[in-house]
Amino acid sequence: MLAELRQFFAERSVLEVETPLLSHTIGTDPQLEFFTTEYCFSPQRQTLFLQTSPEFAMKRLLAAGSGCIYQIGKAFRNGESGRFHNPEFTMLEWYRVGFTLPQLMDEITELFAALFRGKSLQETQRVSYQNIFVSYTGLDPLIFSYQDYCVFARKSQIPEAVDICGHDHAVWLDFIFSHKVQPHLGENALCMVYGYPACQSSLARINEDNAQIADRVELFMNGVELGNGYYELTDAKEQSRRFDQELSIRKQQKLPVIVKDQRLIAALESGLPECSGMAIGLDRLLALLSGSASLDEVLSFPIRRA
Amino acid sequence: MATYSTNEFKAGLKVMLDNDPCAIIENEFVKPGKGQAFSRVKIRNLKTGRVIERTFKSGESIEGADVVDAEMQYLYNDGQFWHFMVPDTFEQYQTDQKVVGDAGKWLKDQDSCTVTLWNDSPLAISPPNFVDLTITETDPGVRGDTSGGGGKPATLETGAVVRVPLFVQIGEVIKVDTRTGEYVSRVKE
Repeated sequence: MLAELRQFFAERSVLEVETPLLSHTIGTDPQLEFFTTEYCFSPQRQTLFLQTSPEFAMKRLLAAGSGCIYQIGKAFRNGESGRFHNPEFTMLEWYRVGFTLPQLMDEITELFAALFRGKSLQETQRVSYQNIFVSYTGLDPLIFSYQDYCVFARKSQIPEAVDICGHDHAVWLDFIFSHKVQPHLGENALCMVYGYPACQSSLARINEDNAQIADRVELFMNGVELGNGYYELTDAKEQSRRFDQELSIRKQQKLPVIVKDQRLIAALESGLPECSGMAIGLDRLLALLSGSASLDEVLSFPIRRA
Repeated sequence: MATYSTNEFKAGLKVMLDNDPCAIIENEFVKPGKGQAFSRVKIRNLKTGRVIERTFKSGESIEGADVVDAEMQYLYNDGQFWHFMVPDTFEQYQTDQKVVGDAGKWLKDQDSCTVTLWNDSPLAISPPNFVDLTITETDPGVRGDTSGGGGKPATLETGAVVRVPLFVQIGEVIKVDTRTGEYVSRVKE
């Protein structure tokens, strides 16, 4: 699989890069827990973070004029362990300068065709988040109606959602999407869901024509989330604002305090080229390629035996 | 009683849910790459036997349930209560038909069985997987019948009715699988 990936990008003149696993700061996403470690360089001691994704470092390279780049490397997310989660995992991340999101989706289709050659995969599906959400739930994901969401939860055997999600639209979407939509996505096929609600934009740009949605795409196969991509946010001010927003959420939830990555913001200020980027969990991809029921079957040593 | 966080959920763990003791069957960690983490749990209500699915926010804790399985000897049924005894300590427990349920029809005096105790009172009774019981009533077999084909109902000493091959007669001891309620074989005395 790794050889196939490298050949795919070599043919397209995308440069392989390596960025640090240890970094002076980390993403502010309140949903991602990180590992820290102590750097001892006497007399200094400094806390360093094991990266949760190579995104920031790769964007700094892009801003410095690297052109199209990809990386295959480890990422670390604390507290994530399960059938399709391991706190240390391998990620493929690539950026295409000048690509819009639909162009990137074309390339993803080609990549999967190459990887699953001879494996009779069904044709790739492209659906908007709103359409797929409505078709499985009857609810509009873009407009939050607390009443409707509660009624849906009660009649769909997930009444506990009412207490867990409260009045938080984003948590409702996570709950309902992961329980009632995602399991149906991509039966023996790659399913690309695009046009995420703006409240789940993360590091994606808000759509030019519709401020309710973000230019973000997620990949699913046999109900497993495989990857996440954006038409990348290049606006330093907007990026800084989103960091601040996430930092205030972290403060509210009493999560560890971190400082925002000024080096990324400086890179955006100096100019990130228009680009689209995608990250794919390779352990999950390998599990799907080999028909394995869990990550444990494709990891040499999962965390409990590492 | 201890509390357990979602990270400690695993098959077999006994917890309290909606004021009933339950056993976790399966726990699935659900987390969108960019989103809230949940634990999707398949859980059996030990009182009713019903299996339900329930989701918890990752990191949430719930109370454990004081549920233990004990090997006991079935003593007798006094018409209202069923009586059991722990062989080592001679400690006795009694419980009613509601708790004993279907297990009752497989229990013969002195047989051992598994009693599930919740806060030290019987919650459920499980008979052994196989029991040997005497046939008290069945139609006489006809000459020439073999084990192949057909079968007939037979009433056992405990009152249970199972289908047996035609050649099996009143007074014979048979082995029955209590999980399926099916005849397995004759038992030689």
